[in-house]
Amino acid sequence: MQPTSRAFQANARAGLANDTLQKALAMARTGFPLKRAEAVARLPEFEDLREAGRAIKDHTLAHLDFYLERYERNVLVSGGQVHWVRNAEEARAAVLAICRSVGAKTVTKGKSMVAEEIALNDFLEANEITAVETDLGEYIIQLRHEPPSHIIAPAIHLVKEQVADAFRAAHTELDPARVLADPRQMCDEAREVLRPRFLAADVGITGANFLVAETGSSIIVTNEGNGDLTQTLPRVHIVMASLEKIVPTLEDAATLLRLLARSATGQEFSSYTTVSTGPRRPGDLDGPEQYHVVLLDNGRSELLGGEFQDMLRCIRCAACMNHCPVYSAVGGHAYGWVYPGPMGAVLTPSLIGIGEAGHLPNASTFCGRCESVCPMKIPLPRMMRHWREREFAQRLSPKAYRSGLSLWAWVARRPALYRVAFGLAGRVLGWAGRRRGRFRSLPLARGWTLVRDMPAPEGRTFHSLWAQRQKAGSGR
Amino acid sequence: MSAARDDILGRVRDALKRGPLDPEQAQELDRRLAEHRRNLVPQRAAALDHAGRVALFAAMAEEVQATVARVAAPDAVPEEVARYLASENLPAELVMAPDPALDTLPWETRPLLRIRRGRAEAGDNVSLTPCLAAIAETGTLMLVSGADTPTTLNFLPDTHIVVVRGEQVVASYEDGWDLIRARAGSSNQPQAMPRTINFITGPSRTGDIEQRIQLGAHGPRRLHIIVIDES
Repeated sequence: MQPTSRAFQANARAGLANDTLQKALAMARTGFPLKRAEAVARLPEFEDLREAGRAIKDHTLAHLDFYLERYERNVLVSGGQVHWVRNAEEARAAVLAICRSVGAKTVTKGKSMVAEEIALNDFLEANEITAVETDLGEYIIQLRHEPPSHIIAPAIHLVKEQVADAFRAAHTELDPARVLADPRQMCDEAREVLRPRFLAADVGITGANFLVAETGSSIIVTNEGNGDLTQTLPRVHIVMASLEKIVPTLEDAATLLRLLARSATGQEFSSYTTVSTGPRRPGDLDGPEQYHVVLLDNGRSELLGGEFQDMLRCIRCAACMNHCPVYSAVGGHAYGWVYPGPMGAVLTPSLIGIGEAGHLPNASTFCGRCESVCPMKIPLPRMMRHWREREFAQRLSPKAYRSGLSLWAWVARRPALYRVAFGLAGRVLGWAGRRRGRFRSLPLARGWTLVRDMPAPEGRTFHSLWAQRQKAGSGR
Repeated sequence: MSAARDDILGRVRDALKRGPLDPEQAQELDRRLAEHRRNLVPQRAAALDHAGRVALFAAMAEEVQATVARVAAPDAVPEEVARYLASENLPAELVMAPDPALDTLPWETRPLLRIRRGRAEAGDNVSLTPCLAAIAETGTLMLVSGADTPTTLNFLPDTHIVVVRGEQVVASYEDGWDLIRARAGSSNQPQAMPRTINFITGPSRTGDIEQRIQLGAHGPRRLHIIVIDES
């Protein structure tokens, strides 16, 4: 998908002005955080599990080459194949080659953010292979020809009337006079329409929440059961996964699974957690005859060993965006690429470049809720700051911002000048604002005062008060 | 693609500022893989005795809209199946896993129950399967694929009935991993793994339209669990 992250500001303004979107976001704003808080409160060990989860991921990343090799060996032992791919282009080619080798005409897909990242659907369509999304949310946005706006609830930006419209436009074989007023009816309709697609598909593509080195297994977590029908009914199962999904053992996977559902939807455990190892065994009555894993780097190895390595612990639960005041206000599409919210603000610049995605790490108030709910304790605000520093160092931020910041830094490095300048500014502003006690607008800061008042400074600066207290001997 | 493989592993090692691990370190990590050490396991189920675990399993499963019936002996299972189907207004017809243990149940006492053995097909409405374990911690069933237990039974029909023997109720997912390893009779992973392990917690559901939970998105709309209490 073509990124529109450069247009974040315009995207965000459009999102804020979109009443339907705001109605949909209002429903999401309370639901997920409330359910997560309840689930966390029910498990006294939750905090310790976060620490254990972080340790597992840190250990794995420090030995990633070893675990990748063990994982590959065990996939081969169980009769599967691993396709190592460096970038999106190689990943698409690998999937197409597998599909062509079995003469595939249609593929069903379970939800996969990696497949979104490499824009797989458009590519398959261009090569005359029909790709059918089967997760209800993904199916809805596929009908509407739009990208997901959330990593676990892709259609969270829509209200039910929009879903009904999409179904009426797509399911023209059904009675146009049918009632589609309630989510129940839409869910049943999708189930009915998609069932024959599941049964007819030649290839099933799923993502992976975890890859287990010990056994060569892939694990998916779903609530609908679409991922299981996708990977059980067709002759071929393809798993799309990026390098950092590796965990050493089944025990390690269990620990992370305890964190995932609670952080994501507030469930104790998702309806379906499925561990797949190789193709069907001799004597099995169902299951795929071929099992392929497309193992994607696409920028992950560049994050390793540097200031963004912690991002590779991410288990894609979406707690950060569910708790983000910016995401909740503007919606996921404003971020302009596959991964929105705080995790997107850190990951997107590393995948498509800070030049393209520079607005995203700036779209944060640094309130810190994302880090506080992240099950993997990823320091998201700190990494957004790292991106801002890089953006500044690469001279990518707006000129006025850069020269303003440079001027401030120049003054700040000269303490005597700083004290005189800010003492003067404080007195002038205090005098000018003495009547109201605040400013409705300020020169050079219109953007800031447009939505809030600036309080007028009262009296003396912090520096002079501090100096006076030190002198009086009452420094504490 | 082996060029890509070498390239990716090379980049990973460059980023970690080292070459391939020396044999000693690799051995150490292989030991970590082989010893199956448990991380923190919550006390919720681990601290309970067996009766407490069975009760917790049932309560947690019901909390996520599964229905649970407890019967006193294996012989009572056919009757409970017939009762459940009638109570839900479902036809007395089902597809059953071709599992030897399920076959030993006295199905002849319910001659009106029509039973086919095999994998699920498109038109099947009700399936009946055994399980490997039932995990008390979250009310989760653990099912494995095999010649006697096809995976399609767990997903295609509208109604899924699972028979749990009391002694199959365990505390944690980790207990389930131990059972998988014990099945193979040794620790020769990954050959011990079945093609598919399904952890099932309640019936299929979705909240994708306005976060309003609907049951029966693509998998079963109903999950009925029959627990055979030990005598």
